[in-house]
Amino acid sequence: MIAEKKIAAIPDFSNSPHIDHVGVEERASRFTKRSIKAETKLNGLKLTLNMIDLTTLEGKDTDGKVKQLCYKAQHLHDSYPGLPTVAAVCVYPSMVSVAKKSLEGSAINVASVATAFPSGQASRDVKIRDVKFAVNNGADEVDMVISRGKFLQGEYNFVFDEIAAVKEACGTARLKVILETGELVTYDKVRRASDIAMYAGADFIKTSTGKISPAATMPVTLVMLEAIRDFYYKTGKMIAMKPAGGISKSKAALHYLVMLKETLGDAWMNNHWFRFGASSLANDVLMQLEKERTGVYQSANYFSVD
Amino acid sequence: MAKARKNNTVKLTFDTLQYAPAPESKSIAKIDAQYDLFINGKFEKPLSKKYFDTINPATEEKLSSVADANVADVDKAVQAARVAHDKIWSKMPAKERGKYIYRIARMIQERAREFSVIETLDGGKPIRESRDIDIPLAANHFFYYAGWADKLQYAFPNINPKPLGVAGQIIPWNFPLLMAAWKIAPALATGNTVVLKPAETTPLTALKLAEIIQESDLPPGVVNIITGAAATGAAIVNHADINKIAFTGSTEVGKIIQRAVAGTDKKLTLELGGKAANIIFEDAAIDQAVEGVINGIFFNQGHVCCAGSRLFVQESVYKIVMQKLKDRIATLIVGDPMDKNTDVGAINSKQQLETIHKYINIGKKEGADIFESNCILPKKGFFCKPTLFTNVAQSSRIAQEEIFGPVLAIQTFITEDEVIEKANNTPFGLSAGVWTDKGSKVFNLTSKLRAGVIWANTYNKFDPTSPFGGYKESGFGREGGLHGLSAYLNV
Repeated sequence: MIAEKKIAAIPDFSNSPHIDHVGVEERASRFTKRSIKAETKLNGLKLTLNMIDLTTLEGKDTDGKVKQLCYKAQHLHDSYPGLPTVAAVCVYPSMVSVAKKSLEGSAINVASVATAFPSGQASRDVKIRDVKFAVNNGADEVDMVISRGKFLQGEYNFVFDEIAAVKEACGTARLKVILETGELVTYDKVRRASDIAMYAGADFIKTSTGKISPAATMPVTLVMLEAIRDFYYKTGKMIAMKPAGGISKSKAALHYLVMLKETLGDAWMNNHWFRFGASSLANDVLMQLEKERTGVYQSANYFSVD
Repeated sequence: MAKARKNNTVKLTFDTLQYAPAPESKSIAKIDAQYDLFINGKFEKPLSKKYFDTINPATEEKLSSVADANVADVDKAVQAARVAHDKIWSKMPAKERGKYIYRIARMIQERAREFSVIETLDGGKPIRESRDIDIPLAANHFFYYAGWADKLQYAFPNINPKPLGVAGQIIPWNFPLLMAAWKIAPALATGNTVVLKPAETTPLTALKLAEIIQESDLPPGVVNIITGAAATGAAIVNHADINKIAFTGSTEVGKIIQRAVAGTDKKLTLELGGKAANIIFEDAAIDQAVEGVINGIFFNQGHVCCAGSRLFVQESVYKIVMQKLKDRIATLIVGDPMDKNTDVGAINSKQQLETIHKYINIGKKEGADIFESNCILPKKGFFCKPTLFTNVAQSSRIAQEEIFGPVLAIQTFITEDEVIEKANNTPFGLSAGVWTDKGSKVFNLTSKLRAGVIWANTYNKFDPTSPFGGYKESGFGREGGLHGLSAYLNV
């Protein structure tokens, strides 16, 4: 894939490309027909582990819960030698300092949701303070939500400015922009929101909070990957992708990797450019890896819950 | 990031070049060393005493040898079909006919995996396509026409339609079982009996279908399947006791057949070549349009009579469409048809590969720019890289003649009227594709394009309920749907 030019003017987002929903769903289902075997499967599973943002986003989260999750992030399954760790642990801003301390010395990032996650229904000022709080406590990555209400009202400038302001507040932390595709409903709107986020400074675009159903789906993710590709063609700038919510099985994760590889290419095939937002995916991948190693499935009792 | 961090990014080859092999097992496919002619419910040695080999085009290895039917063999098959028609099939209550057809459909479904494997071994198409398209669709055609068998008086009210008699059917090598289904299912539903000849490079699934027909207890002689090459086909066409010829294949042979049946009572339907225009307007959903173009030309290695082999792109989106087409072609997996990940399999025969190469050379000589996939082709077998030609003129031979391979000729256009004129400016008229987000444009084009099938924002979609057939040199008559019945009835 070759990019054309390096500087692109901010486009009129109401002219974002339209998506043919039959076509995009057909294409997405084609990726699931790939048969992933042997070495490819093993590598894909390990890569999946390394791309996971291990997540806990519950009202009932406590220091204890987060500490345990952080230990799990570093020790996915110690009886299997040579496993990678996950990419990041994703928590609420109030848990960032605990996570940061627990992950000290590891290479795992702390990601924090912010901007009045998950609804985003707060004033700009509150959102910015939320982001700064997370960053000041050591968040390496910030997962913001867009103002879906404003977006659906057609106030694209508002959404754009808000993302740009959050990006500024992030400082050196990488910004993931959650579109909450389940609330945008149509692929046309997903595409338009993706374009707004990327031009406003997103480092990642992300499908969902995980609090709304449907969360990540393959067609929605494909629409976003294609938006990333178009942005790259125009600007030469790579944007990362994070589908989140609803991906709990290894087989599904491998399908996403096939889609990533065949849409954006090998340059995106690492955890700097692709993440899975998931809480239960890791254990299913571990189960598959053990099955590949030993030839038999082990029960869930043999894998730590968190 | 401001402070130096340990690197947590694992670089793993999720295989940079290709996925690990995922071959479909061949063990399910039972292929005999030799096949005889299926006449009057039995496999019989050919009177010609001759056999010819059928090979796997992906490996060039021999799969089996099949009988080469001569005039006497054809006569025997037609006589069997005549007796079966006059004595049994045309007199049988229609609902009983339907039961047999349903039974054949179910048996194809039950043995779908075996059929898929044999179709791929014998023809070279990717196993994914045999498995997901050819075989299920073939079964669906039998199911669909089984349903019509006892409802013909509702399809043609106040007419009391009668079968024609014995149908001679000659089918091509690109969709062997599917074409057999397209031909046999409506003929049986309407009370005709059949002498069918599969193509000489892909006879095996038709012969397996003969086994199913035998097991289904279909009365002997109702379906006869005989193998052979052009001479066998000519013997069918010229047989005096045949009432109907149905042919799918090249325009060249179609013309010979039409001349041969001129002045006889034989009814004729021809489904011939094509040079379909796939048209992308600037307001189209470009990513989906590109995908449709890829499927339009590389599906079944381009061995599709309705393949979208001419692409017209509106100039304002030409650059981005080309960039996306090229990136997409780079991800096409070309190679072993038996691998479940293969997108583009083997060219059906050495002869066809030579034809395709001839046209690629013509394209180069005509001064068109060539772009080929950078895939590595297997050393053995007949393979061709997915190929694009740009800077193609309306007067180029590669834009006018049917190549029947993975070769796309790309032209640009400026206005709607211009592209309609260019798209229609061809001796063919089988199919076309229109890509636009605007409904009014779709309706304008579908009413003005002279093609039997027009797809809007999709391509290569087939369904038993939908009629299929051409204008001009793409042939006449329709197969599929209600229209497909009338080709086998006196109405």
